[in-house]
Amino acid sequence: MEAGVAITREDVLHVARLARLEIPADQVEEVQGQLSAILEAVGKVSELDLSDVEPTSHPLDVVNAWAEDEPRPSLSREEALANAPDPSEGAFRVPAVGS
Amino acid sequence: MIDTLRLTAEDAAGLLKRKEVSSEELTRAYRASIAERDPELHAYLHVTESADGDGVPIALKDVITTKGVPTTAASRILEGYVPVFDSTVAACCKDAGLPLLGKTNLDEFAMGSSTENSGFGPTRNPWDPERVPGGSSGGSAAAVAGGLAPWALGSDTGGSIKQPASLCGLVGLRPTYGTVSRYGIVAFASSLDQVGPLTKTVRDSALLMQVISGADPRDSTTVELPQPIELPEAEDLRGLRIGIPRELNEAEGMEPGVKQSVDAAIRLAEELGAEVGETRLPRSVEFGLACYYLIAPAEASANLARYDGVRFGHRAQVDGDLTELYERTRWEGFGDEPKRRIMLGTYALSAGYYEAYYGQAQKVRTVIKDEFAAAFRDFDLLVSPTSPTVAFRLGEKAENPLAMYLSDVLTIPPNMAGLPGLSIPCGLSEGLPVGLQLIGPQFSENALFRAGHALERAFAFDYVPERLR
Amino acid sequence: MTGWEPVVGLEIHIQLKTQTKMFCRCENVWGEGPNTRTCPVCLAHPGTLPVPNGRAIEWAVKLGLALGCEVAERSVFHRKNYFYPDLPKGYQISQYDEPLCTAGRFAVPGSGGDHEIGIVRAHLEEDAAKTVHVGGKAGRISGAAHSLVDFNRGGTPLVEIVTEPDLHSPEEARRFLQLLRQTVVELGISDAEMEKGSLRCDANVSVRREGEEGLRTKTELKNMNSFKFVGDGIAAEVARQIEVYESGGEVGQETLHFDPASGRISSLRSKEEAHDYRYFPEPDLVPVEPPAALVERMRAEIGELPAARIRRLEGELDFDLSYGLVASGRDELYERVPGERRAVANVVMNQLAATGAHPGRVNAEELGKLIEARDRIPRATFDEALTAAGEPGFTAERYLAEEAVTDASELDPVIERVLAANGSQVAAYRSGKEGLLGFFVGQVMRETQGKANPKVVNERLRERLGA
Ligand SMILES: [Mg+2]
Ligand SMILES: [Zn+2]
Repeated sequence: MEAGVAITREDVLHVARLARLEIPADQVEEVQGQLSAILEAVGKVSELDLSDVEPTSHPLDVVNAWAEDEPRPSLSREEALANAPDPSEGAFRVPAVGS
Repeated sequence: MIDTLRLTAEDAAGLLKRKEVSSEELTRAYRASIAERDPELHAYLHVTESADGDGVPIALKDVITTKGVPTTAASRILEGYVPVFDSTVAACCKDAGLPLLGKTNLDEFAMGSSTENSGFGPTRNPWDPERVPGGSSGGSAAAVAGGLAPWALGSDTGGSIKQPASLCGLVGLRPTYGTVSRYGIVAFASSLDQVGPLTKTVRDSALLMQVISGADPRDSTTVELPQPIELPEAEDLRGLRIGIPRELNEAEGMEPGVKQSVDAAIRLAEELGAEVGETRLPRSVEFGLACYYLIAPAEASANLARYDGVRFGHRAQVDGDLTELYERTRWEGFGDEPKRRIMLGTYALSAGYYEAYYGQAQKVRTVIKDEFAAAFRDFDLLVSPTSPTVAFRLGEKAENPLAMYLSDVLTIPPNMAGLPGLSIPCGLSEGLPVGLQLIGPQFSENALFRAGHALERAFAFDYVPERLR
Repeated sequence: MTGWEPVVGLEIHIQLKTQTKMFCRCENVWGEGPNTRTCPVCLAHPGTLPVPNGRAIEWAVKLGLALGCEVAERSVFHRKNYFYPDLPKGYQISQYDEPLCTAGRFAVPGSGGDHEIGIVRAHLEEDAAKTVHVGGKAGRISGAAHSLVDFNRGGTPLVEIVTEPDLHSPEEARRFLQLLRQTVVELGISDAEMEKGSLRCDANVSVRREGEEGLRTKTELKNMNSFKFVGDGIAAEVARQIEVYESGGEVGQETLHFDPASGRISSLRSKEEAHDYRYFPEPDLVPVEPPAALVERMRAEIGELPAARIRRLEGELDFDLSYGLVASGRDELYERVPGERRAVANVVMNQLAATGAHPGRVNAEELGKLIEARDRIPRATFDEALTAAGEPGFTAERYLAEEAVTDASELDPVIERVLAANGSQVAAYRSGKEGLLGFFVGQVMRETQGKANPKVVNERLRERLGA
């Protein structure tokens, strides 16, 4: 897929859905305009032919960082739930998954 | 009488050491300044009522998690969140005995360059309250420049320490990626975020780096600095080879006053004994911004997925199902800029677009790394303006995200390469501070501090805002 | 079913029994109260960062080696993005295009020779939390459907194993899984109990005409939670697909659920949106480049693998018995018990297993003595001894002292009584129902309170009834 291609209304809705953001219908156009402008600007990266270049996902060349398998104390249940918007029966309560 | 506008952290430490003041007296003096000037500046989101420690008090950007003290990242989605743990840097400050004055304002989730994107109202620049302090660490910068804290910590992803330091006449260090722990730093873009000091002097910056730097077993991406941080003493630059990357010094949109101040600073560096020569970073500057605005939003889109109203933070009132709860909570809780970046990042990572956007941006990152590496074969440090402009007016760029993004055009390229950068004030333009950016190879903090200190002495810049003197 | 060939690949998730979770140091335990083994990291509080569990990395390497995989020189964790309440970060840390182990071959012995199953990959990831669904009675406001999330399990280390579509019958799939389970258990890295969910299996199923090249559309059969259900589920799906094709239809790509109670396959509601996991390299972690010393240390820890042992035991037993011993993990005891091999194998596999005695705790020497004396002691005594064989300090001595009654002069009167009391059965036997012999043996054993030697009873009865 080419970079810098204009984003459609459907793209905006699809991306918002993937990101779990509920865009009110009357704001889709505005978001579409802003995203299109930004995408056009960042699409500049495709001007370079970098087929022979390795990607960099990390600024430091560090490897093999891991910890010993030794337990440390967990939070108390009270602490774990201290910030919970809807604690219930020692757990985090959420509405049922989709219908 | 403690002059909080002028007192450096180093001097404050001296007063404490000589028992001329107590830590409580210091803290009280800063609280009084906060009470006096923060209603205008709005540098703080939360001011502590009491804090432990016998050292020089400190303010922390509100992305730095503090146990028992609200931490919001200036987002409504974290309103009311009280962490049950300390970030590593907050713990380092506690261990060093630095009492916490409070949590400072920022662009929501550190996304912005003016602190206008805060979910709780903007911060104003102590040099001119009609202007922005820069961002995203604008609260920390305004607090130090306005005498509301002797020193502060900020965080820098695309320039969020260096640029507000520049706009507020302060010293700001963005350390080498991986030298300061990110554990407990509310994440924006993990491969770029780095905590660092905002101070009045270079020596204060080095002192604070001594407190916060070092490998952390809770952050797999940290390493130990090869040499411990030293307090700079030297006042000359003999033997130092300074490179002037043409593209960073002649960038589009550079204000003439900024250019003049920086040129004068470079001449002064030569007088202090530095060897100065021109170098090039053609693709880093041309493509850096585009590269950054793909990588940072992509990482952010994942980092901000945890704000879902289940375990902490804001939760929307909905009668519907889980998807509705997620979508409503996130739309209500996030401000415009985080939402914009989440969608941009989601798009850049989504099926069919990854290679063209995110994958390509990672390759551009390699190009940038290589260009800097080449420049450092000939030079020890590179210099440029930190920001193409001095502090701009509130609202001036608020409606145009792309114009705002350009504020970081000079700080982003070295950040993409994981390089340390120090911004020091080098003069005034239209009565407002201009920042000089010093860029070094990875782990060159001591060299940056040495050069910065020598230049700072030579510039003799007065960091107290003119209108408050 | 004739004329069609099933094509099956498996995706298996195995929970590692490390002390701590994959990316935080909360205890990795099962069955504690909800949300008592959590920390800011596994609750995904802002700013928290993952730190990999070194032992989990070692064990994944060990498992990879046991599966004949190549251990990658460099392996990278990725973020797999999707929203679900059991996934606190909004992404799972998993591996994508640079997994830890790749390109393995795992031999499944069969009576007709080995069948090699290709292993595409074995990679490390973190488990999701546990969600319990409650409420949901229609029309009752207070009963609104909701879920309770417990993060204790969230972040448990998982190895995901993906096979090539090399399995060609439900039975073969079941055997592969059993042998894989036994391998994992012997490596000491997991309990691998399907009932507890520490071993989970999904199957990709398609069918094709015998001799046909290429693969047809596959369906994904989710979460079959016992070995039997894996076999039954695949069999049911294979049958369904064949029926679809034979009635002129097409099999669609979908995710299916097998209900073991009804034996029926049903479609899981397809998500409104196609999955788009937006994988990208996890910037909070650095690459894993397993040092040669680590790989060699793991290789040295691997003993003789189950498949090899089946082949070795086959030298002294038949295939089914050696497969059964190894797949059930009873071969270790079998090998320790002295005596005639087939007799030992049968007792270990059958009678001893029936008593529930833990094979690892059985005193092999003493069990050998019992088996050797099996025909000389009363059946009841032998059974009693087996039941006690796993207890500490068990010796065979006192059971061996109870000689069985072999003296014909003692047994004959009992036999006469039994025959006299069961005249109709005697007549039936003599008219050809020879299966009734067991009935008479049973009666005699009962009359003697199990003290008669069954072999002698057998002989005497045959002699009497044959007359
Ligand atoms: Mg998986
Ligand atoms: Zn944990």
